[in-house]
Amino acid sequence: MPDMSIRGFAGTINCPNPFWLASAPPTNCGEQIMRAFDAGWGGAVWKTIGEPVTNVSSRYSATDWNGQRIMGFNNIELISDRPVDVNLREMAEVKKRYPKHAVIASLMVASNRESWHDIVARSEDAGADGLELNFGCPHGMSERGMGSAVGQVPEYAQMITEWVKEKARTPVLVKLTPNISDIRTVARAAKRGGADGLSAINTINSITGIDLDTLTPRPNVDGKSSHGGYCGPAVKPIALNMVQQIMADPEAALPLSGIGGIGSWRDAAEFILLGCGTVQVCTAAMHYGYRIVEDMAEGLGNWMLTKGFNTIEDFRGLSIPRVTEWKHLNLNFKIVARINEQKCIGCDLCHIACWDGAHQCIHLDRVSGPVNGHVELHPIPAMREAESRSAVVETPVTRKEREAAVQGPYPTPLARIPRVDETECVGCNLCSLVCPVDECITMVRVDTGLPPETWDERTRGASCTTQTQS
Amino acid sequence: MSTATLPDDPKLRERFGDLKPALAPQAAVIEANRCLNCFDAPCTGACPTHIDVPGFIKRIASGNLRGSAMRILDANILGSSCSRVCPVDVLCEGACVMHRQNHKPIQIALLQRHAMDAFHHSGEPVPTAPARSRKLRVGCIGGGPASLACAAELCRQGAQATIIERRPLPGGLNTYGVAEYKLRAADSLREVEMIRRMGVEFRFGETIDSSAALDALEAEFDYFFLGLGLGAMQQLGIPGEDSQGVINALELIAAYKVGHIREMRGTVVVVGAGNTAIDAANAARRLGAETVYLLYRRGENDMSAFDFEYEHAKQEGVQFLWRRQPLAIRSNEHGRLLLDTVQMQQVDKKLLPIPDSQFTIDCDFVVPAIGQSPLAQLIQDLRGVEVRGGRIVANIATGETANPRYFAGGDCVNGGREVVDAVAGGKRAALAILKTAEATHA
Repeated sequence: MPDMSIRGFAGTINCPNPFWLASAPPTNCGEQIMRAFDAGWGGAVWKTIGEPVTNVSSRYSATDWNGQRIMGFNNIELISDRPVDVNLREMAEVKKRYPKHAVIASLMVASNRESWHDIVARSEDAGADGLELNFGCPHGMSERGMGSAVGQVPEYAQMITEWVKEKARTPVLVKLTPNISDIRTVARAAKRGGADGLSAINTINSITGIDLDTLTPRPNVDGKSSHGGYCGPAVKPIALNMVQQIMADPEAALPLSGIGGIGSWRDAAEFILLGCGTVQVCTAAMHYGYRIVEDMAEGLGNWMLTKGFNTIEDFRGLSIPRVTEWKHLNLNFKIVARINEQKCIGCDLCHIACWDGAHQCIHLDRVSGPVNGHVELHPIPAMREAESRSAVVETPVTRKEREAAVQGPYPTPLARIPRVDETECVGCNLCSLVCPVDECITMVRVDTGLPPETWDERTRGASCTTQTQS
Repeated sequence: MSTATLPDDPKLRERFGDLKPALAPQAAVIEANRCLNCFDAPCTGACPTHIDVPGFIKRIASGNLRGSAMRILDANILGSSCSRVCPVDVLCEGACVMHRQNHKPIQIALLQRHAMDAFHHSGEPVPTAPARSRKLRVGCIGGGPASLACAAELCRQGAQATIIERRPLPGGLNTYGVAEYKLRAADSLREVEMIRRMGVEFRFGETIDSSAALDALEAEFDYFFLGLGLGAMQQLGIPGEDSQGVINALELIAAYKVGHIREMRGTVVVVGAGNTAIDAANAARRLGAETVYLLYRRGENDMSAFDFEYEHAKQEGVQFLWRRQPLAIRSNEHGRLLLDTVQMQQVDKKLLPIPDSQFTIDCDFVVPAIGQSPLAQLIQDLRGVEVRGGRIVANIATGETANPRYFAGGDCVNGGREVVDAVAGGKRAALAILKTAEATHA
């Protein structure tokens, strides 16, 4: 099995694997964290420690989708509501019993040097392997000048990072809020302030939904709700985007602990491919419990084996250079959709998606005779539906009638297998995305006979031409 | 007309409990979410009434149950009974693309029932157009599914429709002829009541038995829809058929559904191998018969019953006697029946008795189930309506007959198909009547 251990993350943090529990309810106390380590987690960021708060009831809400629970998750819970000394006493206990696991103290205190110096010293005395500065919490704490109130102002973030660095002996990670127009500005500020690493992203401002009976948004606290922090599978693409932005920016890039919708080894692999050295998980653990880490570790290991990666460092960041600005994409690269007639089940979702949502080039004309060309040459989808609905159909009551169905060359009747007009297909991918059958619609490269050319190159060329002519 | 005319019989309910239990609300949503929402969906295409299946299913998924029921009723006013009696294996569910995905078609029938049960539970009436200023009057002869669908569509579009039925209860075979574990007579009547509330008039116990009676009706109505169904069940044509203990399948089913037969004991022999034969055989088992034989002169592969019905009968404990032909029915001194049969064999294309293969079955009931005879009497008198081979000759797309005032649909035209075919025929005829009336009186 490949070596999954992490050595010297952000300087000196070691742990048996890159899977950490994020600062949240699953890391509320020592008892939980020790059970999590027993289950296989490599590290835990303690639920943010600070002056105890009072929480409300209720606190969470979720977005379900198509019958699946918790596509996205929202909370209005504050930092730890336990006394600082209780948290730190338990932290010392955990470190004593689990010396090889990473225990990170997430911190949030009033914005003055003394408070930060004090909490840093106490946390490190308790044995914390590193510190995570919570500049991201979007609700409750920001109204008191903490959390995202700091994280949204680069100068504050830099200043507090500097205060912490004056005192800290362990690595300092700054946790970034996504609720800002460009996450890199705060990442750069943290780096200027001397941070050893970053964690991203914190939750996204959200209202998950409204109860249509009571007209009250969720979660309902005595008839009112409040802006919460959104996380879970729904936010992963947003998180990946920000992670890539940070890691591709030399002024911002630091050892990064990736957060945002991670629930499987695939998600973890993607964050690591965009440069993360560790990953943090919360919603998935809240949904299914600590046990999910077993498949995360196993699955990542198996994937590393098939790919020939021996360590996390072997593939960390490999996908960063594969993200570029649009203007550097090859305009002469062309793909078209191909439908595998043997696999097609005849749902015709690709047909209607292409007609209503794309470029009108997937037709149901295999029986009537293929016609290539622009939209005007084809019957519109509504005509086909009207035709089907005006047909006189009878129940096949006799055996003979039931056996009369004509068997075509494919499992699906030929009339229902769509056909791609490759002369009009722009290679947008939509059909392959809506197709419910794996590998039924594939996007195939076609040779344009043209050398690679980007928009940047093409417009630069144009301006040269203009200059030459003038 | 009300369901009160049917006594509630707890024993019947227990013996003929739902073959398939209804979906719980959350189970319905889970199943509805599984539907791919195909374009120009094959399930819709396979339905004779072309119910927008993905349309009503996705409305269940979104929690728009009222919209779901309306979507069903738009296409099929008997959506409730069809959800229970349709042979969906050879219709919508048989056409589901999921067969080619993971071999588990969407449970369309149960979802449709879920939406329709919610609608009936709400007690809401079906919206209809205001009656037109010029009242188009249509007489629908026969009170079965075809006439109900025709009359409902006419009323929905502002015309006036009257159903004329010779029996005391409406609904035709939906009320009298469907196995109770699929559709309870009470549920059929509930559905008819919904149609009555749309404005359809009902006249019961009215037989058109003379030319004068027809003259009177012709003076009363502008157009007629013939939803006459089929005639009585065919006789076996063997000696002793009038013995006590011989009861044909439809009589048996109607009798237990309205409470005239509550129990059957001993041995029952059902003759025939169609869907009605199976309903009768299953009913005999559920009514208490210890041994039920289904006797058919051809083989297993020739039976016209749907495969799922055959499987169901086996599960009910029905035993099958293949290639056996009844010869005579005799009674013995203990009042029991002796059914003389002979073994058959296929020689070339002919079915011939095997010599010396006679065998007598000692039984308590013989239930002929070899199909309904074509209608004879009434139609002969219907002016100019052409009848061929016992079926009314009508344009399948419009129900038009040779007489421009007469339209027809359902079993009397198609020779005996499913409820959903009758509904489709009735609805198509209603639309054609409205179109014809518009063209004539415009």
